[in-house]
Amino acid sequence: MQKSTLLFLLVLLSAAAYHIGRRRSLQVAGGTVRSLHSLPSYYGYYAALWCGIPALLVLFLWTAFENSIVIQLVVSALPEELSSAPPDRIGLLVNDIRNVASGAVAGEIEPAVEAAANHYLRLKDTSNRLLSVLATFVAITGAAYARQRISKEHRARNHVEKSITVFLIVCSTLAVFTTIGIVLSVLFESIRFFKEVPITEFLFGLDWSPQMAIREDQVGSSGAFGAVPLFVGTLLISLIAMMVAVPVGLLSAIYLSEYASPRFRATAKPLLEILAGIPTVVYGFFAALVVAPFVRDLGVRIGLDVSSESALAAGLVMGIMIIPFVSSLSDDFINAVPQSLRDGAYALGATQSETIRQVIIPAALPGIVGGVLLAVSRAIGETMIVVMAAGLTANLTANPLAAVTTVTTQIVTLLVGDQEFDSPKTLAAFALGLVLFLATLALNIIALHIVRKYREQYE
Amino acid sequence: MNEICEISGGSSSDRTIDVVHASLVKRRQAEKRFRLYGLLSIVVGLCFLVLLFGSIIARGYTAFQQTSIALDVYFDPQLIDPDGRRDPSALMEADYDRLLKNALSSMFLDVKERQAKRALYSLLSAGASYDLRDLVLANPELIGKTQKVWISADDDTDMLVKGQLGRTGAEGERRIKDNQIAWIDKLEADGRIKKSFNTAFFTSGDSREPELAGIWGAVMGSLFTLLVTLSLSLPIGMAAAIYLEEFAPRNRWTDLIEVNINNLAAVPSIVFGLLGLAVFINFFGLPRSSPLVGGLVLTLMTLPVIIIAGRSALKAVPPSVREAALGVGASPMQMVFHHVLPLAVPGMMTGAIIGMARALGESAPLLMIGMVAFIVDVPQSIMEPSTVLPVQIYLWADSPERAFVERTSAAIMVLLVFLIFMNGLAVYIRKRFERRW
Repeated sequence: MQKSTLLFLLVLLSAAAYHIGRRRSLQVAGGTVRSLHSLPSYYGYYAALWCGIPALLVLFLWTAFENSIVIQLVVSALPEELSSAPPDRIGLLVNDIRNVASGAVAGEIEPAVEAAANHYLRLKDTSNRLLSVLATFVAITGAAYARQRISKEHRARNHVEKSITVFLIVCSTLAVFTTIGIVLSVLFESIRFFKEVPITEFLFGLDWSPQMAIREDQVGSSGAFGAVPLFVGTLLISLIAMMVAVPVGLLSAIYLSEYASPRFRATAKPLLEILAGIPTVVYGFFAALVVAPFVRDLGVRIGLDVSSESALAAGLVMGIMIIPFVSSLSDDFINAVPQSLRDGAYALGATQSETIRQVIIPAALPGIVGGVLLAVSRAIGETMIVVMAAGLTANLTANPLAAVTTVTTQIVTLLVGDQEFDSPKTLAAFALGLVLFLATLALNIIALHIVRKYREQYE
Repeated sequence: MNEICEISGGSSSDRTIDVVHASLVKRRQAEKRFRLYGLLSIVVGLCFLVLLFGSIIARGYTAFQQTSIALDVYFDPQLIDPDGRRDPSALMEADYDRLLKNALSSMFLDVKERQAKRALYSLLSAGASYDLRDLVLANPELIGKTQKVWISADDDTDMLVKGQLGRTGAEGERRIKDNQIAWIDKLEADGRIKKSFNTAFFTSGDSREPELAGIWGAVMGSLFTLLVTLSLSLPIGMAAAIYLEEFAPRNRWTDLIEVNINNLAAVPSIVFGLLGLAVFINFFGLPRSSPLVGGLVLTLMTLPVIIIAGRSALKAVPPSVREAALGVGASPMQMVFHHVLPLAVPGMMTGAIIGMARALGESAPLLMIGMVAFIVDVPQSIMEPSTVLPVQIYLWADSPERAFVERTSAAIMVLLVFLIFMNGLAVYIRKRFERRW
């Protein structure tokens, strides 16, 4: 039986168990539902849970361990000369066997591999059958057990609610597990990377060229992993982005919240926020196709030497993307400033702009700074724009007209395409990911802390 | 505050009011200027928006049309079906390319040289012979007859007809040569060139040939990925929001969860891609490039969005509803599921749709888990390798062919239409079902 069919069968069985449980409860109640502890449907749910959950657990555990056990069995059944090979050779062999088993290989097939593939298929088949029988058995046993437990005094609702609570708790802890997963996955690979490349060289080295030499005499493949040029490039592009986004975003937030008529605000604000909803890949395309050539032509006309993948173009477009982010956050904070402060300033004879510049902005400043920090963290982590519009070669420069590369660009170029998983080249991507994660995490924590403190101030 | 300070500190000779009057003009100008800056920055933002949409539409709308060339094809029985048995497998194998070449050669009899002939044949799409094959398979009576058939043109021909490929400049640097231009002009003068709606763009998978490349594979990939994301993130996100908002005791553990959720909402998406690569692919051994893995990664990414939206929707339900439910004897669980949740569902749905829209536009983490592979087949299940619409856009944007520029823009337009639809739906639900207490 296919796993999806089995899953469907389990759902059907659970539905049946619901009915059985419900009927049973009505039966024990003998027509007076009031004498039951819980409503009849709770007995139904109780039976359904007992039917479905153990069987699902069996299904998931089985699926999780099935593959490795089957592979182990296949490998141990291989002829002597094959199974005594080194582990990585065995890994390749297992891949071959799988491919043959799935029929994805055309042409010559070694007889030993073919035999193993058949063995693999047989084992898979047996395992599937065993699983079907076992899961169905567990489901039916569970339903029978639940049915037998049902009585007038049985607290079915409490049991059902307890299991729902457990489900809710598990779901809410997923966020924590995600964070742990992120940290562990980047940390482990990074530690392996730092065993090959010293951490000081990675953090303070000035030379980045991750191409490893395949042959000894290859030119230009030094395999240097000094990430400073990437950090500088990332900061440069983020700085340009902020120079676009902060003034435009802040000023438009001020205009929208202080000057604009309600009607103007109701149209302009959603329009500006469209900018935030556009996928980053679209910005990347826009940057590469429209903005970068425009910047280059402009530079040529003035007589400047502008790279076609200049940091300026990428930063400019990234700034456009962040405008609504800055503006909606600042808008919130400006609106949170109490009206009494404005009234006080007006009473002293200040004009509206004086009030804004000298009273409202200083009062909202912590919040705005927090918002800008969040925007910086977003700019640092932005990927598609820089992948499509910034350069690929590391270049230690602060010149916005030159091509620079960023942390995220390098992660993508290192991990996309053909790769072996254990080379320092791919591991370097995880080390960069770790740096990126830590940097944005620090920025976020600081920003959220500032924002929360500020919010409390006026609440 | 300078002016005001001076006033209060003021010199004794002038009356304060005179100083104020003297500075008023300047202050009013400053006021106007400031106001103008604000307006200007909004205009700048909106200009960028218009520029973005304008440039994409201007480049992309032509992709919805495809040039085709009319050829009088003689369905030569000798070539298609020499033994005359109409055997489908024989019909499948036949040399349809030859038919096309014959048809073209018969129109341009003066082309004799091999190189010139090759240039002539390259006016047609590389996939044209398959179209012809399908035509014959569907209607074997054609064999032995001559019929006018519209054959889709090669991407360079297409670009030239659409006027996007330069006719001037050194011939060596042009993708399309002088003799080809002459042939195309002759065909056009004969009325043998037409532009029709580009169905292939919507119905086929990716291809190296721009005229054969379509978005259907990517759309299906996106659909499967979003299905996985939705079916996981919606229940999990709602459950987490309910627990945190309604049941969770205020303690260190729930604080930790909250901090985590807020942080995850701001973690760069590419880091989720690294997580997916390390955990789902390398550790659990799930198939690379599959919508399943993509959906799992996007689930983790959208969960914070859904949880935060769900919590604020639950928070908006007034406590009186809860108290009334508890007052008539509902258990806390019944109170939440029977009374609070139905009132909060519209708000939760709005958050979920916005989360889905974000997931639909996301590409960086999917690059990490191998969804950038070149995949021609349209995926049929969540386990098959596939790509998604934004990644398809990224792939096409990287392709050197001129014709991919308009296709990229067109794909972006399709993506934006989906996003606008989803966001519109979210706004509609909010407007329609939102209740204010």
